[in-house]
Amino acid sequence: MLKIHQLQKSYAIGDSSLHVLKGINLEVEEGEMVAIMGSSGSGKSTLLNIIGMLDEADSGDYILDGLPIKNLTEKKAAVYRNKFLGFIFQSFNLINYKNALENVALPLYYQGMKRKARQEKALFHLEKVGLANWAKHLPKELSGGQKQRVAIARALAANPKLLLADEPTGALDTKTSYDIMAFIQQLNNEGKTILMVTHEEDIANMCKRIVRLRDGVIMEDKKVNQVSALQYV
Amino acid sequence: MLKFLLDRDTWQEVFDSLSKNKLRSILTMVGVWWGILLLIGLLGSARGIENAFNRLFGDFATNSVFVWGQSTGMPFKGFQEGRRVNLSLSDAKKIEENVEGVEFVLPRIQQTKMIKRNFLSGSFRTAGDYPLLDDLQKKKLIHGRFINQNDIDNHRKVAVISDGTYEQLFEKNEEVIGKYIVIDDINFKVIGMFERGNLNLGPSTDVHIPFSTFRQVYNTGDRIGWLMITGELDYDIVQIEEDTKLLLKNLNDIHPKDTRALASANAGKEIGKVTGFLKGMQFLTWFVGIATLIAGVFAIGNILLITVKERTKEIGLRRALGATPFEIKRQIVVEAVFLTLLAGLFGVISGGWILIALDHFFGQGEDAAIVNASVSIGVVFLAMIILIILGTLIGLIPAFKATSVKPIEALREE
Repeated sequence: MLKIHQLQKSYAIGDSSLHVLKGINLEVEEGEMVAIMGSSGSGKSTLLNIIGMLDEADSGDYILDGLPIKNLTEKKAAVYRNKFLGFIFQSFNLINYKNALENVALPLYYQGMKRKARQEKALFHLEKVGLANWAKHLPKELSGGQKQRVAIARALAANPKLLLADEPTGALDTKTSYDIMAFIQQLNNEGKTILMVTHEEDIANMCKRIVRLRDGVIMEDKKVNQVSALQYV
Repeated sequence: MLKFLLDRDTWQEVFDSLSKNKLRSILTMVGVWWGILLLIGLLGSARGIENAFNRLFGDFATNSVFVWGQSTGMPFKGFQEGRRVNLSLSDAKKIEENVEGVEFVLPRIQQTKMIKRNFLSGSFRTAGDYPLLDDLQKKKLIHGRFINQNDIDNHRKVAVISDGTYEQLFEKNEEVIGKYIVIDDINFKVIGMFERGNLNLGPSTDVHIPFSTFRQVYNTGDRIGWLMITGELDYDIVQIEEDTKLLLKNLNDIHPKDTRALASANAGKEIGKVTGFLKGMQFLTWFVGIATLIAGVFAIGNILLITVKERTKEIGLRRALGATPFEIKRQIVVEAVFLTLLAGLFGVISGGWILIALDHFFGQGEDAAIVNASVSIGVVFLAMIILIILGTLIGLIPAFKATSVKPIEALREE
């Protein structure tokens, strides 16, 4: 599903440069649920952004579903992002002047889907996250957990191969976090491949595999016994 | 692109993002609205003033000059200075034949006469005229007709009087056509009455009688009072005036450098000043209007730039969700053009109201200062096209700004 080989990335800070990723090798199979952990500055977000085609590596290979991701034009990157990837952010990133349904339908709009089909599909995904009744509500009328559910519905709307979550529970309280995690686990059980960045051990343990980063290299990569989030709900 | 513009979603997006911040959208539009308002208001007023002038000049031949004789200021060919210069009918003929660019030469003669009717009397400026006068200096006839060629040929004793003359010699509401007035003890039949306009170029006249009759009954011979000369459209009336004077000096034994012997009044020159002023005003209007418009459009660009800055995160997110840079740019340009056009449309409407108000307050009645203040549809379309072009150009700046930021940087921004 996903193959990364000798990935390097550095940022220029003033005159000096900061070497963030120092040769990352990673393979993720279909249906996996991987937590990327590490302290702040370990390069975990950078790695996720490169995987999400939001950022570009300096060197190394990145192959997604057999497609080499390299030297993409902005346009091509946009099309790939839309087709292959679903994003879930820590701060939800919903568009605040659009209601829940419109937010979920946005990736479909960029796919060029007709309005009616789009709304039906968006509603279907909202139903899936249990928020069909909130379709016409604006983000500000939703709780944090609800917002993240809408964001998950949005990430799912385009039926991506890979879900990328950047600290999906970072802005939520514990109970809501477990709630969201239970839902993500359910998605994984249904076959979705999920990659998430987190720095919370309990959240990481709800994944099937944990990859630990420190100073731009992978320190540890191990399968874990998945803790079901449902038992806390 | 057309499909994109006809798509409901496009406008939904534009409407959403503009109505998200109504106050800002409205403030953004004020600049362009004001520019168009000024442009329409000023252009309309300028047109109105021009119309008023045109109405004032009426059908008066604007390319014309009056020439008359005075007394010489220099001795010449044995004649002493101070000799009275009398122009004659033959002078008129020679001017017509010899001066280049002359369209018509109209000789006139005028004296102040005692006119009586029943027990009413007064002194009036009475002129001997040809029918041509009515063509060059359109008379507003209220009753009857002007002098015609038959009157000239038959030396008829007929008169065309002004409304002022009528008021002095006739009772109120009295029938005027066919009545007789006595000019210097000779009976004349009134065949027409005209209204004196607001503006009289050249000497004004109370009573017109046929030139031939005037000459016969008052024994003036070949003598004429003055000449009215009109020039062909392409000729400079000032040049015609000079040529005419030179010819007349030659014919009448006047020293070529004598500036006193012949006097003239150049209507073309005077009217040219006014039309030049109107042209200048129109130019100024366009200049002010367009400059204000550009300032307004820049204001829109400026605010959109701020908006884009504020929306960096949203734009980053849209890109993460699969919006191509082109789609983002297109969106912002469409927003810019839409705002500009909407503002322009409001400007046109409120500009129209201003013109209606101007017409209401200053455009009523015969001697209105502003007549039919209006702007042609062509100008409105031109303004709109300029707005679309400017809106697109100015929209491109924030559009490029919006996509110059990498999606990841945009998303990271708090």
